[in-house]
Amino acid sequence: MTVVFFFGIVAVFFYGSILWTGYMSLTRSTLMPNYNFVGFDQYIKLFTNHRWLVSCLNMVIFGVLYIVGTLAFGTLLAVFADRRIRAESLFRTIFLYPLAVSLIVTGLSWRWVLDPVNGLQGLVRGMGWENFTFDWLTDPNRAIYTLVIAGIWHSAGLIMVIILAGLRGVDEDLWKAIRMEGIPLWRAYLQVIFPGMRPVVASCVVLLMSDVIRGYDLVIAMTKGGPGIATEMPAKFAVDYYFARVNLGLASAASIAMLVLSLLLLAPYFYSEFRRRT
Amino acid sequence: MSSVSIRKIRKSFAGLIVLDSVDMEIAPGEFIVILGPSGCGKSTLLNVIAGLDDCDSGQIVIDAVDVSGLEPSQRGLAMVFQSYALFPAMTVRRNLSFGMEVAGTPKATIVQKVDWVAKLLQIEVLLDRKPSQLSGGQRQRVAIGRALVRSSSICLFDEPLSNLDAKLRAETRVELKQLHETLKSTMIYVTHDQIEAMTMADRVAVMHKGRVEQFAPPQSIYEKPASLFVAGFVGSPAMNLLEGSLDGAGRFLVGQRSVSSSTYPFEEPSTAGEAVLGIRCEDIDVVEPGSPDSIPAKLAFTELLGADALGWFDCLGKRMSVRLGVDAARSMRKEVGLRFDIAKASFFSASTERRL
Repeated sequence: MTVVFFFGIVAVFFYGSILWTGYMSLTRSTLMPNYNFVGFDQYIKLFTNHRWLVSCLNMVIFGVLYIVGTLAFGTLLAVFADRRIRAESLFRTIFLYPLAVSLIVTGLSWRWVLDPVNGLQGLVRGMGWENFTFDWLTDPNRAIYTLVIAGIWHSAGLIMVIILAGLRGVDEDLWKAIRMEGIPLWRAYLQVIFPGMRPVVASCVVLLMSDVIRGYDLVIAMTKGGPGIATEMPAKFAVDYYFARVNLGLASAASIAMLVLSLLLLAPYFYSEFRRRT
Repeated sequence: MSSVSIRKIRKSFAGLIVLDSVDMEIAPGEFIVILGPSGCGKSTLLNVIAGLDDCDSGQIVIDAVDVSGLEPSQRGLAMVFQSYALFPAMTVRRNLSFGMEVAGTPKATIVQKVDWVAKLLQIEVLLDRKPSQLSGGQRQRVAIGRALVRSSSICLFDEPLSNLDAKLRAETRVELKQLHETLKSTMIYVTHDQIEAMTMADRVAVMHKGRVEQFAPPQSIYEKPASLFVAGFVGSPAMNLLEGSLDGAGRFLVGQRSVSSSTYPFEEPSTAGEAVLGIRCEDIDVVEPGSPDSIPAKLAFTELLGADALGWFDCLGKRMSVRLGVDAARSMRKEVGLRFDIAKASFFSASTERRL
């Protein structure tokens, strides 16, 4: 009974909403829903919209740098922690701590740190280096990288913990075999240990990908999409068109486009998982 | 072929003594099995020999060179692990060649060695598969192969067969023995399985609580166990043990009964005092009740084992096993007498538990 009820709720509010959004994206709705079917007009508008295309490009740049950077940094931390350092749990807590902070707070903090007048640049200039410049946050060509820095800072701890758990699951005998063969540590990690942890790494990538596609709060807190539209993201595009520009049809089309994109990105993962089972 | 000598190895961990002054001299080309129950320190000893584990004191000397301070890879050893420990994301070929690749061996030599090992172990068809596509037995072969390509003169085995099923274990046992005949390298093999120890070893070291209880050829371990522990651990069914006392005048007294101990080759003649008589099931004869020098016994049940049978008798307050012919077991009467072949039996001191 409870299960049926639960599934009913999920069906109506989750899949129902998706279907309704899909339907809306095929209409010319503005502030209020309008059920006149206009075909793929909204999608054509969407993919000729400069701001949308910039959003998508930004997402790709941010996504690649964020995923690669977070994986690399988190993995590096995990490897150090795996070498049985002293006070391991203390470091683990410190590195995991950013995850407990909401992305809004993360974004605000980094905005203050990177603010040219009041942040790092101002501090260093105040100490006498008058020519020191670090104004990426306000540079349209570089603002996107500040998002990457803040994002990596926020998520590296989580990746560290997941990778560390994977490393702790490595067979003790495998390490012994590595020592018997005299394989240097960096080759052992790169060529033996990590290739053997593919499912763990894949889970991390999927987790980070969902961060990228959902990416909204960090942008809002740090740059609000600016300067100009330099750091616009698809999720922010959709929210803006839903609530600020009251264009329900176009916003729905953007949402559905994001859904399709997510499914396309996740497809290889599910495919390989499915193939492994059978 | 290399000799290994293990000198006064001690190791304790959190107040617990894991290895208690272990000494062993291993001749070049010998097949040594280290046998013992779990927790006796046998795997730790192997890890210390390999250099994977530190010891508190003592030396490992290989071919007259003290290797105690060297890294595992510099000791000229190869090792096969219980869980195989193959490199998971590499093909079998890469598993075999990776160590040599890292060591900077010329390509031609690598190819040649991999081919040699693949042929020797009959794994040529598996060379391009990943470990996850192999069965347990095949993985075991690859693990052995990876040890062999190192061309070291000493090979260590850490319970390599314990993850295989019974039939495969028996086959691999024979193959390993043959491999040793072919390669003539020194092999040190850790196991808790006494059949592996009995069938493969030139000499067996039985370990108990971090000490080597006995280090001897398998047959003498079976026939002349040096201590009560070895007597109880080696052999299936376990050796029959009877507590009693030696009177120093050629009799062993158990309760109201006694048996002659005059044919037993005591190390010190006319030993007296509390003792334990150990006797194998095949060294007991079933005779008419009341025959001279026999002890009355009552048949509890028999087990038919195919080629022969075991009779279980209640005798002097103990349940004792006697090996019987199948026909004799079928027609066994309830009340019988048991006569012990004392010349083949073992006496142990009740206090030191050592052989008398």
